[in-house]
Amino acid sequence: MLRLHLDLTPLASAHAFRCSIFVAAILASAYHGAAQDTPLISGGVGFFTSTNGGMTTYLPIVEPLIAAPLGQHVLIESRAALLEIFSPDGSHRPGYDHKHFIGLTYLQGDYIASRHLTLVGGDFLIPFNTYNDRLSPIWIGNFQDGPLIASLGTFSSGSGLGGMVRGYAIARNKYSIDYAYFYSVPSSNEQFSAQRGTGGRASLYLPDQRLEAGLSYDRLLQGRHENFFGAHVWWEPKDTAFRLRSEFGRGQHAQGYWVEADYRTQAFGGLDSAIGRIEPVIRMQQTFRIDTIASDGLPPVNTERADFGLDYNLPHNTRILTSYARQLSVNGNHNVWETGIVYRFLAPAWKGRQ
Amino acid sequence: MNSKHGLCGVLVLASVSALALGSQQSSAPVTAPTKPVAPANHAVQHQDDGQRVFQQHCSRCHTAPDGFSPRISGTIVRHMRVRASLSGQEEEELLRFFNP
Repeated sequence: MLRLHLDLTPLASAHAFRCSIFVAAILASAYHGAAQDTPLISGGVGFFTSTNGGMTTYLPIVEPLIAAPLGQHVLIESRAALLEIFSPDGSHRPGYDHKHFIGLTYLQGDYIASRHLTLVGGDFLIPFNTYNDRLSPIWIGNFQDGPLIASLGTFSSGSGLGGMVRGYAIARNKYSIDYAYFYSVPSSNEQFSAQRGTGGRASLYLPDQRLEAGLSYDRLLQGRHENFFGAHVWWEPKDTAFRLRSEFGRGQHAQGYWVEADYRTQAFGGLDSAIGRIEPVIRMQQTFRIDTIASDGLPPVNTERADFGLDYNLPHNTRILTSYARQLSVNGNHNVWETGIVYRFLAPAWKGRQ
Repeated sequence: MNSKHGLCGVLVLASVSALALGSQQSSAPVTAPTKPVAPANHAVQHQDDGQRVFQQHCSRCHTAPDGFSPRISGTIVRHMRVRASLSGQEEEELLRFFNP
């Protein structure tokens, strides 16, 4: 999940220097890797617009990602987000206001012991349900908005600071069960803010059916000591470009679900044909408030929302995202029109060895 | 300059550098092949295995990028090994899939 930081307080420049040196050291130490192991720079560049109740907001964004292998078992990876929001001044005044946000999404080191055990340390995305750590990059998501329940179980910031173990508990040809368990310590550091908590996720995958189902649980170990429960089901039938994804999340004060389906036809010259690049998307979601304590980021009242999207997958890793959404609640119904374009880049961090 | 600007600045500068370098690469970019072109049987098997690994693990979340330098294929596969808990053998199959 994108972590936004508005107030750019002047923290010690020494810390910034240390961070810069750290990233440079990671890249430099990976320089002597094998020819195919050159550190990479990837990510997405996007420009989004959103019209909500007649007010249009513009959002240029860059999400860079670095990954640098160190030897055969270690990987250092990080993602950040830089964006500027241009929104109407409001109150029927002309002109636009703008704010910028810069934030580190995660920075973690991975030690791959085996397929059954990978140790993760640092600032990592919390593995609760699937959106936060699998679908949140702008070059992956089918809609520019995340689901309404995206903040459930992710401890506000979306990331934890500490350690995580993950891997396959069971891996067979017909089925597999993977797991992730984490423990996070509290931190008020501007870049690595986190809360004390623990939890994890376990998923069953049936490769023949291309069916995945999983359960998530985590618990906040500070403040209100809230529990969060989640479940997800994904189905992506073999040899089709149809995907069905769904999640349910329940917190102490609210719960909700979303179901999303997208499809690309192969009937008119394959996925790379002009027709095959068209991708209709639909997402239905509902949230239900259990009490009036709206501390979890979900809408303050019961809300229903239907998103209808039409994406187009251009060549060279570029996607156009368009959607219309109708959101219904007792606080008022409104339409949301969104358009955007995203380019995914992927290249070596430097020339490296041939 | 504060910490956010420092670290994120490094990432952005590195991204721009990478894009510039990427445009100067002499090696042919890797594309995730969908059909092998008349290779030997064992190569076909490797391609099939690699494609199976890609479809069962990577493409559950995202589509294949259109093309990338072969110099980062190992790093991409390592990244996927963490994300999808691939075995060493699956890592090799995926690497052969990217570099037929």
